[in-house]
Amino acid sequence: MHVIEDGNTAAAFGVRLCRPQVIAAYPITPQTPVTERLSEYVEEGSLKAEYIPVESEHSALAVCIAASSAGSRVFTATSANGLLYMHEQVQWAAGARLPIVMCVVNRAVGAPWNIWNDQQDSISQRDTGWIQLYCADHQQIIDAVIKAYWLAEKVSIPVMVCYDGYILSHTFMPFELPEQKKVDEFLPPFQAEYALDPNFPANLNTVTLPDVRYDTRGELAHGYMEIRCLLQEDLRKALGAASEGEKMFAQIFHRGGDPYIEPYRCDDAEYVAVGLGSLTYQLRVCVDTLRKEGVKIGVMGVKFYRPFPDEVIAAALKGKKGVIVFEKALSYGYEGALASDLKAALYSHLSGTGKMPPVFNFIAGIGGREIHTKDLTGALQSVVKGGAAGEPAWIGLKL
Amino acid sequence: MQSKTNILNLPTEEFVHPGTRACSGCGLAIAYRVGVKALGKDTILIVPPSCLTVLQGLYPVASTKLPCLNVTFASTAAAATGILASLKARGKEHITVAAWAGDGGTADIGLQALSGAAERGDNVIFFCYDNEGYMNTGAQRSGTTPIGALTANTPFKGKLQQKKDVPAIMAAHKLSYVAACSAAYPLDLFDKIKNCLHLPGTKYFHIHIPCPPGWGYDPRYGIKIGRLAVESGYHDLYEIVEGEFKLTAASEKLVEKRKLVPVREYFRAQSRFRILSDEQIAEIQRQIDAKWEGYYRKEE
Repeated sequence: MHVIEDGNTAAAFGVRLCRPQVIAAYPITPQTPVTERLSEYVEEGSLKAEYIPVESEHSALAVCIAASSAGSRVFTATSANGLLYMHEQVQWAAGARLPIVMCVVNRAVGAPWNIWNDQQDSISQRDTGWIQLYCADHQQIIDAVIKAYWLAEKVSIPVMVCYDGYILSHTFMPFELPEQKKVDEFLPPFQAEYALDPNFPANLNTVTLPDVRYDTRGELAHGYMEIRCLLQEDLRKALGAASEGEKMFAQIFHRGGDPYIEPYRCDDAEYVAVGLGSLTYQLRVCVDTLRKEGVKIGVMGVKFYRPFPDEVIAAALKGKKGVIVFEKALSYGYEGALASDLKAALYSHLSGTGKMPPVFNFIAGIGGREIHTKDLTGALQSVVKGGAAGEPAWIGLKL
Repeated sequence: MQSKTNILNLPTEEFVHPGTRACSGCGLAIAYRVGVKALGKDTILIVPPSCLTVLQGLYPVASTKLPCLNVTFASTAAAATGILASLKARGKEHITVAAWAGDGGTADIGLQALSGAAERGDNVIFFCYDNEGYMNTGAQRSGTTPIGALTANTPFKGKLQQKKDVPAIMAAHKLSYVAACSAAYPLDLFDKIKNCLHLPGTKYFHIHIPCPPGWGYDPRYGIKIGRLAVESGYHDLYEIVEGEFKLTAASEKLVEKRKLVPVREYFRAQSRFRILSDEQIAEIQRQIDAKWEGYYRKEE
C-alpha cells in the first residue's frame, strides 16, 4: 500500500510491523513524533506492547537493555543530547550483545543549544559497537527498521537506524507500506539465546577478569578481552549477514539489493561525491547539473556505516580521479569521520595499485545551516577544476 | 506484622552459596542471604556496581542461585522496570522483580531512575542496602553518610551534612510499602518482605548495613553495632503501609520500654566517629530524644 507520511511516522509504522514487546522512550525534538505514534498504537490496541514513558534517555535504554535480557523484542528512539545522555548504556547494550533497535533522528548536539539537523550525535557513537544504518528517504527508513531487527537478532548486536531530523523526520513523502504478513515472513518472533529465567539462573554482565578463568565445572570461560574481540569479529561478520538479509528482503518485498552503498551515476564517473543520509539525494541534483556540463561525476550514499564496508567502498572508488566527502559532523580536531574512514579503506585496499583516488572533505549543514544546492555544486566544481586536498572546507560558512 | 518468623521456622533453602567474596563480618551478606530467602526462587535480581557486585563473584562464578542482571550505576530501577515489562509482555508476571542497590546507587546516582519507577508505580521491590558510604570504592561519603563520620573524602573534619532521608523521599511518592530495616534484625527484614509481596506498585526497603572496614570496628561486632543503632533510637525499624507509619520489632519494643541506650555507645564503638565531640554527641542525643518523644506521644 502506498502512503504519504512524514519520516517519523514511517519509522513508527516500521516498528509496529516488527511487533516489539517493550518500548521505552523519553521526549526530545525531533524524535518525539516517533514515540508519540507508538504510544497511540499501544493505547488504541493496534500494537500489543508495553510502553514505558521513562524519566530520561539513560533509563529508556536501561529498560530496553533489561527487557531484551529478559527475552523481549524492544525499541527506543532519541536524538542529539538524548543520545549523548545514553552513551554509557549505548556501550553497555553492545557489550551485552543485545539485539536492540534504536532510531536516531539526527540533530546537532550542545553547546550551544541547537535543535536543528546535523549528524554529530550518531557519528559520535561510531565506536560503541553498534551497527549504524543511514537513510536517505522515507522508504529507506521503514525498510531499514525492519531489516535492523532481522540483522540485530541474527548477529546479537544492537542497531541504530539514523535519519536526518526535519529534512526526513518532519517532511512528507510517499512510500510503500509493507504488508504485515510479509514482515512476519521476513522477521520471525524473537527467540533470545538466553533470557533471564528463575529456572535457569545466570548472572549476566558480571565483573570479568583481564584473563580467562575456569568455571566450577572446569571449563575455560572467556576473559574480558575475548568477549570484546568476539564483538569485533561478529561486527565484521555482520557485513555478510546484512547481505544475506538484504537478499531475503528483496525476494519478499521486491526492493533493495545493496545494503552498503547507494551509487547514482557512478559507473563511468571520474569523480564521486560521498555522504550519509539525505544529503546524498541533494547531491544527485548537483551531479545531474554537472553531467550536463560534461563532467563525469556520480554520488554514492553510504547506508551502512558501522561495521564499515571498506572493501565494497574501496572497490566502488577504485581508479576515480577524486572522491569528495560531504559530512554533517566532524571528528573535532581532525576532519569528518567518514572521510578518515574512507581514506583508511582506500589505503588498505588500493595502496600500491596506482588507483587510489585523492579524498576531499567538505563540512556542511552543521547545526541546521541551510545547504544550498548551488554551493554543493560549487564545491564539486572546485575539485574538478583541480583543487588540492587538505583541511576540510566548510560550506556556507560566514566567518 | 501478621506472623513473626523465628530462627527455627526460617526456610532452610539457601539461594546464596557459602564462601562469597564479601568482607568478613559484612552486614550485607546477612541481609542479602535472608532477604533472597524471603523473595524465593521465582525472582529476578537487578544489581548495579556496588559491594553486592563483589559479593556475587567474578565471571564465570556466581554466588547467587537466582537470575541476576548487572546494570549500570544510575539505571537500577529503570532496569527493574524493563524486566517487569518483559515479564508482562511474555505472560510471566508471577516472577518477582527485585533490585538491590547500595546507598550511592540509591540515594545519589540512582535516585532519578528510582523516583521514575516509583512515580510510574512499577511493581518491583527496591532494596537499598545502606552501609552509609561508597564502601566498594574505599569508603567515600555518600548522601546517606551520617553527619560527623570520617570517610576517605571527608578525612579530617568528617561529613558536615545530615544524612539524606531516602525512605521519607520514597514515602512522598505515596508507595504502598516503605520499610526501614537493619542487618542486625534479619528476621524483621524477612517478615517485612513476605508481608509486602502482594502489595501493588513499587515497594522500597532501606536496610542499615554495618560495614567493618568502612565504619572501623572489629568484624565480630557487626551485629552488636547494628543493634546499638536501633536500641539507641538512632536508626529506627519501621514500615509505612499504604501511608500508615508503624515502628516494628526492636524499635516497637523500645516504645514500651521507654529507655534508649545512650547514642554515645553507638558512636564510640566505631572509629569513623572518633572526631565527634561530646557536645556534638549531646546535640544528636537531644535530636533523638525529641524524635522519640514524638513516638511516645503517638502511642498515647
